[in-house]
Parts: sequence; C-alpha cells; structure tokens
Amino acid sequence: MGNFSMYVEMIRIRFLMMLAYRTNYYSGILIYSINIGAYYFLWQAIYGTQESIQGMSVSQMTTYVAIAWMARAFYFNNIDREISQEIQDGKVAVEMIRPYHYLGVKTMQGLGEGLFRLLFFSVPGMIIIWLAFPIDFSNQWSVWALFFLSIIFSFIVNTQLNLITGILTFFLMYNTGLIRAKRVVIDLFSGLLLPISFYPLWAQDVMGYLPFQAISYIPSMIFTGGFVGSEIYSAIGIQIFWSVLLIIPIQALWMLAKRQLIVQGG
Amino acid sequence: MYYFSIFFQYAAQYLKTRMSYREDLVVELISDLLFQAVNLIFILVVFGHTTLLNGWNREEIIFIYGFFLVPYAIFSSFFNIWDFNERYIVKGEMDRILTRPIHSLFQIIIERMELESMFGVVTGLVIMFYAGSQLGLTLHWYDPFVFLLMVIGGAFIYAGIFICLAAISFWSDSKTDIMPMMYNIGNYGRYPVDIYNQVIRFVLTWILPFAFVGVYPAAFFLGRTEWYGYAFLTPVMGVVFLTIAYFMWNAGVKKYRGAGN
Repeated sequence: MGNFSMYVEMIRIRFLMMLAYRTNYYSGILIYSINIGAYYFLWQAIYGTQESIQGMSVSQMTTYVAIAWMARAFYFNNIDREISQEIQDGKVAVEMIRPYHYLGVKTMQGLGEGLFRLLFFSVPGMIIIWLAFPIDFSNQWSVWALFFLSIIFSFIVNTQLNLITGILTFFLMYNTGLIRAKRVVIDLFSGLLLPISFYPLWAQDVMGYLPFQAISYIPSMIFTGGFVGSEIYSAIGIQIFWSVLLIIPIQALWMLAKRQLIVQGG
Repeated sequence: MYYFSIFFQYAAQYLKTRMSYREDLVVELISDLLFQAVNLIFILVVFGHTTLLNGWNREEIIFIYGFFLVPYAIFSSFFNIWDFNERYIVKGEMDRILTRPIHSLFQIIIERMELESMFGVVTGLVIMFYAGSQLGLTLHWYDPFVFLLMVIGGAFIYAGIFICLAAISFWSDSKTDIMPMMYNIGNYGRYPVDIYNQVIRFVLTWILPFAFVGVYPAAFFLGRTEWYGYAFLTPVMGVVFLTIAYFMWNAGVKKYRGAGN
C-alpha cells in the first residue's frame, strides 16, 4: 500500500507542476480551436453534397475530429523523449537504484500530465468548440461512461508504446528518428487523422491486427455513435487485449536493458 | 564573409556528428519520408470518397502539397527552434549564446540545424513533377525563377512565424505547448483557402500566413489566374514577416534577464 501512495504522489506532483503553467494553456485552447475549426471546413468541402461517407454524416465527422483531438490531449505524453533523454544523460542509472519502478514512475508522470490537460484543456476546449460548431453530444450516459473507460485504455496503450520506444534507446543509443517515426505511425494508424473505416479495405484489414486503433479510433467511434451495442464491447475488448499483451515486450526489453546497461559519456 | 565561414564550419561539424550515429540518420530519413507519406495518404484516402474539393481535383491538391514540401524542408533544416523555450531559456543556455561574437539568432540557427531535412526538397520536387505531368502542365522558361522566389518567400514566412513564437519566451519564460500545434495549423495552408470561412481564411492569409506556403504560390503554377494576386505577394509577405520576427527577436533579447538561478 505504501508503494501505491507513492505513485499517487507522483501523479499529484506532475499535476501541480502543470498547474503552475496553466495560463499558457489558454492560448493553447485557442490554437486547438482554430485547428479543429479548419478541419471542420475541410471535411465540409470533402463531403460537398454527399449526405454521408462510410455511414458517417458530416456532423458526426466534425464530432469525431473534435473528440479525437481533445482525447489526444489526455493520452498524449512525451515520456518516450524523457526516457531517451535520461538514458543519454546517464540519469537512468540513478533512477534504477531508487526504491520504485522507473517505468511505473514515468507512467504516473504521464498520467498526471494527462489528467491536467483533460481538466484544464479538453473540457474548456470542448465547450468552446461546441459553441462554435455543430457537435453532436450523446444524451445517453452509458456512451459517456464507456467513452471515459475507453480513453483510459487509450492512455495505457499509447503509454506502453512510448515506454517501448523509450527503452529502445538503451540499444540504439540515439533514437530521435525512431521517436519521430513512432509518432507518425500513431497519427496515421490510430485513426486520429482519418477514421479507420475510411481507408481501403486491405488497409483496414492490416490495421485490425495492430494496436494503434486502440489509441484514437475506438474511443472516438464510441463517442460519435459510430459504434453501437455489442460493437462497443468488442472494441473495448480489443483495447484490453492490447493493454495486456504489450506488457510482455516491455518487461522483456526492460530486463535486457538492465543487463546491458551502458551509461553513455558518464 | 565571417558568418559564411562559421556557417560552413558548423555544417561540417554537424555532418560528422550525424555520421557517427548512422543508423539513427537512416531511421530519421525514413521517418521524414513516412511523415511526408502520411499527408499524401490523407489526400489519397479523402479523394477515394470524393472527386473534387471545392472545384480542385486530386492532382492539383497533390501538386500543392509537393510545392509546400520544398519551402518547408528549407525551414525545418535551419529553423529548428520549436523547443527554444525549454532548451535555451529554461535551461539557461541563452546566457552562453549571448556571450558569442555573432548574432544570437544566427548562433542558434547554426547550432540547431538539421541538414538531413533538406531531403524534403527532393520529395517535394518528385511529387510536383508527378502531379504536374498528370495535369499536363508545361514548364516555361521563367518558372524555375518564380519557383525559387516563391520557395524563399515561403521559407521566410515559416521562419518568421516560428521566430516570433520563440521570441515570446523572452517575455514569458514558462512552458507553452503552442509550437507543436502550430505545425498542425501550417497544414491548412495546403488546401484551397476558399473552403474555410472568413475568419480562418483571414488568419491563414494575414495573421499566420501559411496559405502563402501552399495554395497561393502553387496556384500560379497551376494556372489558377484568380489567385495570381496572392501568389505574387508570397515573397513580399516572406520579407515582411522575417523582418518583423527579426525586430521582435532583438527586442526580446534586450528584455532578456536570464532564468534565475
């Protein structure tokens, strides 16, 4: 239990750290709104006179874009870059002898950041966007509950992928390229830029076998009502599946990394 | 002349460092290509569901994207200042910069350049030539010169915007997440701006003039005469924005007091 409260403390500290910088977030909300606004008009032009594309109406699409970006503020973090930096600076050696699990700490810091952005960024941002654009909010409380459950798994899967990318620095020494590549792959395959159902069928098949759909596509589809009934539960099942499965490579890589720890330029 | 020689010495040094982590360089080039592919895939997927975007066809939109990549490549090779606040202000590195004998902005540019991004010029030209041949465009004798002017204008606009944003750090040294989001906004200049409403169109033309690094100059090569006025404004806007940024930077440096320690 003592261990548990320590991790909660880490969430709290990161949250407070972000809170100290909150004024800048208001300008961030403005930029985000312009971003989503531009997307809205772009999609309107894409739809043109069509009523719906792939079973989604233009207002569902707008909602999809808005929620996908707002949810991103919650699950997104830079712990891959932080880990990679700490490995390169040699700080990780000290972190390893401390009485906590290094990866656990990083995850908690990411969570603290995510919770902060959810409360101070996504919620006010969503209200502003709702005032400016036609967004469909579901009136079923169960959709909201399932959406929030789903973004927890978005956070888990995205953070796990970040941990893997970060740990790989141990073996690559220098991995800005990999971090960037991972970000691009996630933008494309997670459904952030385009719902996966818009892709050609063969591409959808491939993405069905990958963990990235769990990050953005699934929660956004739940929120917009693109998934209904049993579809929702099987989608969350996919998220749980990946959350569990990805523990294996993380543990394996972490053990290997500890065995061949070389501190660069220490 | 002095600045030139310093520039080349830094560039040579940079290439040596990059070459010592060769695998990473390869991954980085691949990730750049991937990044460029993402936007192309977006266009292709979207045009799988429609034939025209407000009267512009797929190849025209692809052509605009190809054009965009060229000034963008130049910008990202030399103005890698998106983390200026964290790297220089918060960590106190700015103090070191100010002791150097050359202009502080130039010092930062040469320290942070990422020459491998220049590869984007090649990708951009390939995409433009592909789309151009699909559209049956012909090359006039003056096109390369106009192109050069437009590219320089576009790179200046990007540089101007990001230098201004970086300079804000001199007044407020706390962390902002604006920079990464600004990269997203840059994307919207690549679509015909008449799809947006007045506000966004105004922002993309005069406030954050990303439309001048995409649709406006590309419209010239696509023969869209209704946009020629804006197209020829591109180099002017570039010079104006870079000048504003330069003065804002200098004012910021004057104001800079260092992050307490």
